[in-house]
Amino acid sequence: MSARKWWPALVLVLLVGTSAFPFYWAIVASFTPEARLFQDPSLVPTELVLDHYRALFTERSFWLPIRNSLVVAGTTTAFCVVIGALCAYALARLQFRGKSALLGFILAVGMFPQISVVSPLYLLLRELHLINTYPGLVLPYLTFAMPLTVWLLVGFFRQLPAELEEAAMVDGAGRLRAFWEVIVPLAVPGIATTAILTFVYSWNEFLFALSFTLGPERQTVPVAIALFRGQYQVPWGQILAAAVVATLPVTLLVLAFQRRIVQGLTAGAVKG
Amino acid sequence: MPAAERPSGIEQQEARIAWGLVLPALLTILLVALFPLLWTVWESLHLHDLRMPWLGQPFVGIDNYLEAFRQPRFWGALGHTLFFAVTSVGLELVIGLWLALALNRAFRGRGLVRAAVLVPWAIPTVVSALLWRFMFEGQHGIVNSALVALGVLSEPIVWFIQPAAAWVPIILADVWKTTPFVALLLLAGLQNIDVSLYEAARIDGASAWRQFRHVTLPLLKPAILVALIFRTLDAFRVFDLIYALTGGGPGTSTEPIALYTFNVLLQNLQFGYGSALSVIVFLVTFSLALVYIRFLGAELTGSKR
Repeated sequence: MSARKWWPALVLVLLVGTSAFPFYWAIVASFTPEARLFQDPSLVPTELVLDHYRALFTERSFWLPIRNSLVVAGTTTAFCVVIGALCAYALARLQFRGKSALLGFILAVGMFPQISVVSPLYLLLRELHLINTYPGLVLPYLTFAMPLTVWLLVGFFRQLPAELEEAAMVDGAGRLRAFWEVIVPLAVPGIATTAILTFVYSWNEFLFALSFTLGPERQTVPVAIALFRGQYQVPWGQILAAAVVATLPVTLLVLAFQRRIVQGLTAGAVKG
Repeated sequence: MPAAERPSGIEQQEARIAWGLVLPALLTILLVALFPLLWTVWESLHLHDLRMPWLGQPFVGIDNYLEAFRQPRFWGALGHTLFFAVTSVGLELVIGLWLALALNRAFRGRGLVRAAVLVPWAIPTVVSALLWRFMFEGQHGIVNSALVALGVLSEPIVWFIQPAAAWVPIILADVWKTTPFVALLLLAGLQNIDVSLYEAARIDGASAWRQFRHVTLPLLKPAILVALIFRTLDAFRVFDLIYALTGGGPGTSTEPIALYTFNVLLQNLQFGYGSALSVIVFLVTFSLALVYIRFLGAELTGSKR
């Protein structure tokens, strides 16, 4: 009988441990001298140095990909949340013909593989001289970010009681004013969650960023890290230091908003 | 719905406002997603080699597709993708279900668990690939050292020079990153099951296994299906993970279809042939998505909750 009580706790410990270990190991390694990285690893670090982080920001200019990622993910998010909120409001709260077909279409676009549009986007961006530029990344990012934003926001808008804007409209406010003055303020937490998720997806994106940039001046963080490895040797210390740096902002965002993020992610998939 | 009772003038006005609101997003999607997709199809029917511009772009019909079907590397890539999808999604569902059942019973530590679940999911896939590569790297890396110390291996393995061994870190990294997320989806499903059903089953004397088999599983089916199809679609377009972990190697023995397509497009600059590959990837995922919408679409896209 007691076994039935403690096994969930054991599973939790196992889960947390397994999830955390690769991070722990990467953090330890990022402070370990390069020469000692593959010499009898010990779970408790013995010698800690800052070399890798120093090299990362001096030799590698790692602030450059960080800046690029911030600009690209930030612009994508801002555009998608504004445009997406209008669309999601109509889809969630207004009655019109073709609504469910439209929602289905947006969902379908959100699911299609990125690789299937790499070739035309490359040709198009080349034609417009946008290869290796910020717009040359933001534009492709809209293909996955826009459906994602709309989908999440529809979920959040639907959760608000319908009487709210009806009351506002009875008071003489039009649809749009009701949206702006009643719905938007109430949906701020949902909008913020959507923005964070869109930002995280854009920050993590790899295939487009790899395909449409040519050099370090416009590479995003994931691309820069993936291309660290040299011809003959792999600078593991620096790679792991970069991994820690790249993970940090996303981790903090996600931890701060974890409850709402889980809500937003599971609401789309499992309706309760 | 009250909308049906309103005079039709207001209804029409509402529809006009709705389309006005939808338009910017819709135009964006048409421009950056649908139009390129159609362009890929057009491109796939032409010879277009950026290294040989003097050939022009003659129409070649379905030759590019026939070329793909003749290439052993194409079938290999398709096979690797299928193998990856079945293995990783299978493991993720089984382990995820087990985790969800445990999480559903635990009352303490939910916050900590949510964090443990979300962080691997939220970090860039490239980063998780490199974390796992590092752990498997070298004769004296942590995995080799641990396996030798535990007596599982008599001597260290070089994981990245044998095809079979190279799949191990790939599958593990994917399971590590996404199983918690699957567990989260299933947990949401579990929490929707009416507790009184279990009480009724207990009163009828049903064992824990029978409760699981006859109450939990049938009621969890929609959630399992969603997780299954989301994950299969994801697994089918796997790119980042394998690019950063093995680069498709040794040789091309772990190369998935998306990576093969990427190489044809951006290494060989064969845009016609690469586009045909893109269309094939799209068709496979689209058929999977259709299954998804057919099974769950009514539930998800219905305007009522």
